[in-house]
Amino acid sequence: MSLQVDIGHQFDDFALEAAFTAGPGVTAVFGASGSGKTTLANAVAGLLTPDRGRIMLGGDVLLDSDQGICLPAARRRIGVVFQEGRLFPHLNVADNIAFGARYAPRGAPGPDQDAIIAMLGIGALMQRRPRNLSGGEKQRVAIARALLMRPRLLIMDEPLAALDGPRKDEILPYLERLRDTGTVPIIYVTHSMAEIARLADRIVVLGRGRVLRQGDVTDVLSDPAMVPLIGVREAGSVLMARVVECYPRGLSRLETGGGDLRLPGITAEVGKTLRIRVLAQDVLVSLVRPEGLSSRNILPAVIDDIHRGDGPGVALSLRIGSAKLLARITADALEQLALRPGLECYAVLKATAVARADIGG
Amino acid sequence: MLDAAAYTALALSLKVSLIATLFSLPVAIAVAWLLARRRFPGHALVSALVHLPLVLPPVVTGYLLLLTFGRNGAVGGLLDSLGIVLAFRWTGAALAAAVMGFPLMVRAIRLSIEAVDPKLEEAAATLGAGRWAGFARVTLPLIGPGILAGAVMGFAKAMGEFGATITFVANIPGQTQTLPSAIYAFLQVPGGEGAALRLVLLASGVAIGAVLLSEWLARRMAARIGA
Repeated sequence: MSLQVDIGHQFDDFALEAAFTAGPGVTAVFGASGSGKTTLANAVAGLLTPDRGRIMLGGDVLLDSDQGICLPAARRRIGVVFQEGRLFPHLNVADNIAFGARYAPRGAPGPDQDAIIAMLGIGALMQRRPRNLSGGEKQRVAIARALLMRPRLLIMDEPLAALDGPRKDEILPYLERLRDTGTVPIIYVTHSMAEIARLADRIVVLGRGRVLRQGDVTDVLSDPAMVPLIGVREAGSVLMARVVECYPRGLSRLETGGGDLRLPGITAEVGKTLRIRVLAQDVLVSLVRPEGLSSRNILPAVIDDIHRGDGPGVALSLRIGSAKLLARITADALEQLALRPGLECYAVLKATAVARADIGG
Repeated sequence: MLDAAAYTALALSLKVSLIATLFSLPVAIAVAWLLARRRFPGHALVSALVHLPLVLPPVVTGYLLLLTFGRNGAVGGLLDSLGIVLAFRWTGAALAAAVMGFPLMVRAIRLSIEAVDPKLEEAAATLGAGRWAGFARVTLPLIGPGILAGAVMGFAKAMGEFGATITFVANIPGQTQTLPSAIYAFLQVPGGEGAALRLVLLASGVAIGAVLLSEWLARRMAARIGA
């Protein structure tokens, strides 16, 4: 099931002109507020009719302004999880999640109701009213409701933005579970790099109504040219790492495409593959293998690409084996060390720099 | 304690008011939805027309009804050829009561529709519910208390309607003499004050009863929809 979008829409103060594709898995639509993310999501869902454009989903035309085709939202079979949940206040949880089931075509693929309820852990909430649910519970019910109408595509529009930190951590494992079942392609709209690093396979970067970049998350996030768009504090690459050994005192050894890492606070068992987000500002670059350093995570690397911005910082992408790492250093350091593409060096990352929240399954 | 004339007036008033409320309620819901949820050319004009009976002297409304729905009126003539006569019949009293209560109904229902977040209707659409299904399954249950309030207001207005009714259908005992008309008639004859007072108490009782009933229903409804 693939989605192809090419639309243009003029607002009073800004114009959206965006084209992107999305395939199976999770495609993140990333951008600052006002970049047009929600407009794009609404156009795909059928909640907004753009001035011009064409939207195709798995071979079906949802929108074609040239031919005057615009399928109403009710007939697109695209589930939407909104930021505020939008549960129906007059219905209990059981009736909320059953709302769309009657519109699903007979024999439409997807897990059955019991499996969805179990996956989202909402079995005990069935008789409750939405007003008696916590923010995280509301979002889990909203996801179940969207899945039960057997959507061909699931759009999640900033589903965690209204939740506080602990609630986000509570719901992220459910989203990972949903992604791993692979039942439905997901468009995940967000301005949070941490969520993208944990969940997304592909990313579409929006800025002022334009698509600035799209591609695989690991490629786009390790591209030094992306640092100004993502923000210097948020920029960082994603490493796929497999847990190979757990030591006493809470340290684990993980295998990545570029060598082993020793990290604390990993709760996953041996053999599990995790995504690890390493912020560019937490990576040091050394020309010689450092001795007597407290960090145990020193990986041989080759400088791949250098991006100089307007500020004092410089972003580097480092190739470590088959993986890529993003580092941010000062322009001063770049000159004194005479760093250039192709140069061999060592990437040093501090074990504690990898925050718990940035480790995803 | 009630004489036959008073009993007849009460029965007629209840019949006229119930019929007026029942028939105008669906129209009021449709018009309220149109005014609350749609923007179209002439929106302000429709809104003004709906409110007209509220601001016109009732006698003017009654006269306009007579001009339109009288046997020689534009609509009245047409209905006459179909065998339907409104002028000077209880059906005409119901029409007058419906027209006079209509703005109150539309107002109450419109306010309750505007209080329903349109984003809930969007959510219903993304779940596969078309516009009508979304209205029936989300908006309608949520505006239940508003519809009830509108219906009670319309009913109370119909029970109390006098000016337009007496102008359009006169004051014929057993035919068009509603409670207010009967009170008026008793006050016109010497020694009628006693009978008029009894009718006044009766009318007040019905009105208070209707309000209490609606309060109770509204509370139950609010609890059911979780508002």
